[in-house]
Amino acid sequence: MHDPGNNFDINLEEISKIEGAASLEIKVRNNKIEDLKFSISEWKRFYTQAIKGKLAIAIPQLVARICGTCSNAHLLASIEAVEKAFDVVPSSQTMLLRKLLYYGLIIRDHALHLYVFSLPDLFGKDSILDFDENDPIQHELLDDTFSVKEVGNQLSIVVGGRSVHAPQPTVGGFLKLPELAQIKNLKNDLLNIRPKILRLIKIYLEAKDNQVLKAPMSFAGLYSSDFSFLEGTVKSCTSTDPNGSLAICKMIAEEDLGKYLEGIVIPYSHARGFKFDGSLMMVGALARLNISKENLNSKTKESAKEALKLFPSVNLFHNNLAQAIEILHSIDASIQIIVGITEIKPEAPIKIIPKETIGIGVIEAPRGSLYYRLEINADGTVKKGEIIVPTGQNQIVIERAIYELVEDLLSKNTGQDKIIVEVEKLIRAFDPCMSCAAHFLKVKWK
Amino acid sequence: MDKKLRIGWFSFTCCEDSTIIFTELLNTHYRDWLKKIEFVHARVLMKKNTKEIKEMDVAFVEGAISSDGQEAKLKKIREKAKILVAIGSCAINGSPSNQRNFFNQANIEEIKPILERFKYKEKVLKVSEVVKVDEIVPGCPMNETIFLDLMKKYLI
Repeated sequence: MHDPGNNFDINLEEISKIEGAASLEIKVRNNKIEDLKFSISEWKRFYTQAIKGKLAIAIPQLVARICGTCSNAHLLASIEAVEKAFDVVPSSQTMLLRKLLYYGLIIRDHALHLYVFSLPDLFGKDSILDFDENDPIQHELLDDTFSVKEVGNQLSIVVGGRSVHAPQPTVGGFLKLPELAQIKNLKNDLLNIRPKILRLIKIYLEAKDNQVLKAPMSFAGLYSSDFSFLEGTVKSCTSTDPNGSLAICKMIAEEDLGKYLEGIVIPYSHARGFKFDGSLMMVGALARLNISKENLNSKTKESAKEALKLFPSVNLFHNNLAQAIEILHSIDASIQIIVGITEIKPEAPIKIIPKETIGIGVIEAPRGSLYYRLEINADGTVKKGEIIVPTGQNQIVIERAIYELVEDLLSKNTGQDKIIVEVEKLIRAFDPCMSCAAHFLKVKWK
Repeated sequence: MDKKLRIGWFSFTCCEDSTIIFTELLNTHYRDWLKKIEFVHARVLMKKNTKEIKEMDVAFVEGAISSDGQEAKLKKIREKAKILVAIGSCAINGSPSNQRNFFNQANIEEIKPILERFKYKEKVLKVSEVVKVDEIVPGCPMNETIFLDLMKKYLI
């Protein structure tokens, strides 16, 4: 039975254990939601305006500062946009090293989210630091947390010079190339964390959380034969039923993605939401596994066979499981590259010749498709830039999912404290990144 | 047993790169630090104490100040912290989060509706323009060696 007089307000000014600042207001009257607002409360830094007039080749190091955790995603997406603009084709060695750098980011960033942000929810703890050292399982997970993150961190440091705002990758190549011996040394470290990730996959495979949106939604991401996050064609598929069947898939060239994304103004949020071709959209690990799990590394497909049977999935919590599988893929794909590298050729970055041009770069950031479009003047300076980040694309689905979850919990007479716990868990499953979402002013698509 | 060092980690307007470096430093230091440190505030690590600022031995502050609300919170942190450390370029110099301070008129006009709607401060401030800063860890992101030296100094 409902309590018809159930009235309360939830006001979470700062949601914890997510990247950046977000807030949530829910007004419940007579056990019904009267108002619900999920908003990005980061203060903007106006990067889209700040890059105007600056040299295009200098943009990647500046826009890396949009986000601390996925800085190397901004770095590589903007480098791609500049290279496309000036018809620079990076060498195969450059692409291999970029992939290696990027797998390091995926390992580190997904591990931060799964172990530090999400795992405490599964164990009923506030923080990973509260895990009980005397409990063998919790002790092991605490160790896993930091050793997995460290290997991802080291992979990015060895290849890029630093794991945050990597200084070596640049337009046309690398300013300083990594040492072959250091790269080779990472193989054993990667092999050592593999069993830890199999353990993590099992935990998220057994997790019971389930939240399926009532409305149909689209999953979008880059589709490439080696699931490298950096290359490919955009693929989008729409869910047709709550069991996870996906149909109506489309392939879209990177440079056309902008035409499909429709910006939605959310008056109470510092950032903008997006729809994909008119429908609700989601990007990120869940979307990527839904559209291209067949392209994962063959060792990953073998070891994660049981977990992969769950995809495609429309259970939003499976974003966690999908991230765990992507860590395994990043380990296996990195080992494959490291084993295959026999030398680091002394290549200097390819030089650009300034001209009036437009360049588009799309890569899969840890949280989903990241889009850069740069209009460049004849002198090589930026005339105009547009940047679309994953959390902006997910914002509408996040709010819709919270609404449906709260409605469901209210129908079961759930108390306010429990609602807060469940809602925060759901928000964390999306792994939103507010630093990214609050960098720009507006994007208008014609 | 010695009392643990009570620390808080706070992020204002920035990309939180130093938060990430801090969580990466935990990879190799957490066993030692957990014995010696009590985390009083750290939104990235825990939910507790996200509403009220508590007494701390050391407060680490990253990011620049964009709003009156942020300014008031920073002053509160200063009141409650024996030592305040400004972390990274945005906290110490304001940059690059203060890039709107240097915009031309056309760019300012473009961003004006947002500044007004959400009541942004006219200029983005560095931390030392609002409160007294005791220590700094420069860098974008913060320099790990300088940070570790500072930790050693206060963990004795």
